[in-house]
Amino acid sequence: MIKVLKQTKIYSVGEVQTIALDNISFEIKKGEYVAIMGPSGSGKSTLMHILGILDMPTRGEYFLDGQRVSQLTEDESADIRNKKIGFIFQAFNLLPRTTAIQNVMLPMRYANVPIAKRFEKAKKFLEIVGLENRLDHNSNQLSGGQQQRVAIARGLAMDPAILLADEPTGNIASAQAEEVMNIFTKLNKEGHTIIMITHEPDIASHAKRIIHIRDGRIEKDEKL
Amino acid sequence: MNDLIETIIESFQTLTLNKMRTGLAILGIVIGIGSVITLISLGQGSTQTIENQIQSLGSNLLTVSPSRQNDRGIAGQSGGGNSLTITDAKAIESKLPKTLINKVSPEFSSRSQVVAGRNNTNVSVIGVYPTYGEIRKITMDKGVFISSHDVLSMTKVAVIGPTTATDLFGEINPIGKTIKVGSQTLKVIGVTTSKGGTGFNNPDDMVYVPLSTAQKQIFGRDNLSSIAVEATSKEVMIQAQDAIGYLLLKEHKLNIPTDADFTIMSQNDLLNTVSQVTGTLTTLLGGIAAISLLVGGIGIMNIMLVTVTERTREIGLRKALGAKKKTIIAQFLIESILLTFTGGVFGMVFGILASLIISKIMNIASVISISSILLAIGVSSLIGIVFGLYPARKAANLQPIEALRYE
Repeated sequence: MIKVLKQTKIYSVGEVQTIALDNISFEIKKGEYVAIMGPSGSGKSTLMHILGILDMPTRGEYFLDGQRVSQLTEDESADIRNKKIGFIFQAFNLLPRTTAIQNVMLPMRYANVPIAKRFEKAKKFLEIVGLENRLDHNSNQLSGGQQQRVAIARGLAMDPAILLADEPTGNIASAQAEEVMNIFTKLNKEGHTIIMITHEPDIASHAKRIIHIRDGRIEKDEKL
Repeated sequence: MNDLIETIIESFQTLTLNKMRTGLAILGIVIGIGSVITLISLGQGSTQTIENQIQSLGSNLLTVSPSRQNDRGIAGQSGGGNSLTITDAKAIESKLPKTLINKVSPEFSSRSQVVAGRNNTNVSVIGVYPTYGEIRKITMDKGVFISSHDVLSMTKVAVIGPTTATDLFGEINPIGKTIKVGSQTLKVIGVTTSKGGTGFNNPDDMVYVPLSTAQKQIFGRDNLSSIAVEATSKEVMIQAQDAIGYLLLKEHKLNIPTDADFTIMSQNDLLNTVSQVTGTLTTLLGGIAAISLLVGGIGIMNIMLVTVTERTREIGLRKALGAKKKTIIAQFLIESILLTFTGGVFGMVFGILASLIISKIMNIASVISISSILLAIGVSSLIGIVFGLYPARKAANLQPIEALRYE
């Protein structure tokens, strides 16, 4: 499903060049539950952005479902992000001054789902993450854990094949982190491919495969 | 379509979040559209008033006036006022075919102080033939107009306009009372019906006397200040104008038209000239107001650019979730159109109110036309598109990752 081939990403700020990814290659199959681990600055966030087609590698190829991503136009990329990839950001990134349910409905809006269906589905996903009583709360009225769960519901809204989570438990309490992990395990059992970035070993232990990254290279690729 | 309605509702919600900023942003458009509408409707109102006034002076009217005469390069007497006489008027009436001209009205007018008891006023005193009343469609409120008998016998009578009547006699019926014009005492025999005019040549503020009385007894002159000629129809106006011109050249023993010591103005000439002048003025005023509209538009662009910068992270998120370029452009464009459209609607209300108030206070007419309202709405929406496009494109061209990282 995901095939990364000899990818290199170099950031240039003036004269200084930073190598974030160094000739990295790996594959992820459908239905896998992968944790990408590494210290900060190891390039894991860059990798996640490239996997989510939010950023492009400097060199190398990325095939998603056999499609060469570097050949896509901006709008085609947007369409793939919308339909195939569910994002869960570390900082939640909910729309401010917008209700929980509207946040979950947003990706479906860009797919032109009729409004009644959007509402119905968003409600269902908010129930899955246990927020059925918070549908009409504005995102800034919710606690960190609740916001994270809204973000998960939004990531699920389009029933994406791949769920990309960047430090999904980074900004929430450990009790809630466990809850989020339970949701992920359940989703993985239902057939979603989950790719999760974390630096916490006990969070990573929920996954079935851990890719360790250091200095832009794969240090270890272990199956659990 | 549903999507558009949703975007509009969403934009509306976004704009109401920061009411102060939104209000200030649209204020420029409100003032711009408001002043354009006010000035255009006052301009059109004045044009219409002037045109109505000209038309109320009579239809198919040609006015012959004396002009300064040039004799082989030597300027004739200044003022040139003496070239028309009653003989000319009689010649026009007797020598031109009845198929061309209907009625001829020789006139002599001059401003003079008019006194009645303790009251006095400075008005146009005009010596007329009875035809004056027929040509100028004068109707009587009280009494009668100047008759042929009055002219022939040089009777000392006067007909006064309603404004003059009020100025001199207040609520008292002026019929039978006397007024003093110059050294002469005249008996008031009639009051005309109001024509609702204003200004220097207000038909409501005049004293009409028999032409002979005016010339010989009041002012001591034998020339005419003008001859009004009513043509039989609109179609023969030009023909009549030419015929009068040739006749008077012959009567005055002049050979070439450039030597003419008179001018003939048709009412259409006058109307055209006036319409041209007021039209130019209206355009000029509208143009000045349009500058404030431009400034308002720049204000909108400024506020939209600030909005885009402020919401960089939101834009990045929307793109990450699958928003295409055109979706983002539409979102911000609709926001700016909504701003300017709202400004346009408020500006329209403001403009209409302002023109009504100004026309009331300054006593000038205003015409609020559908076209100026449509123009306001159209122009304000157009401003939203023109000045919103750059910020919207700027938003759409943000790279999702750069936008998400933006702090």
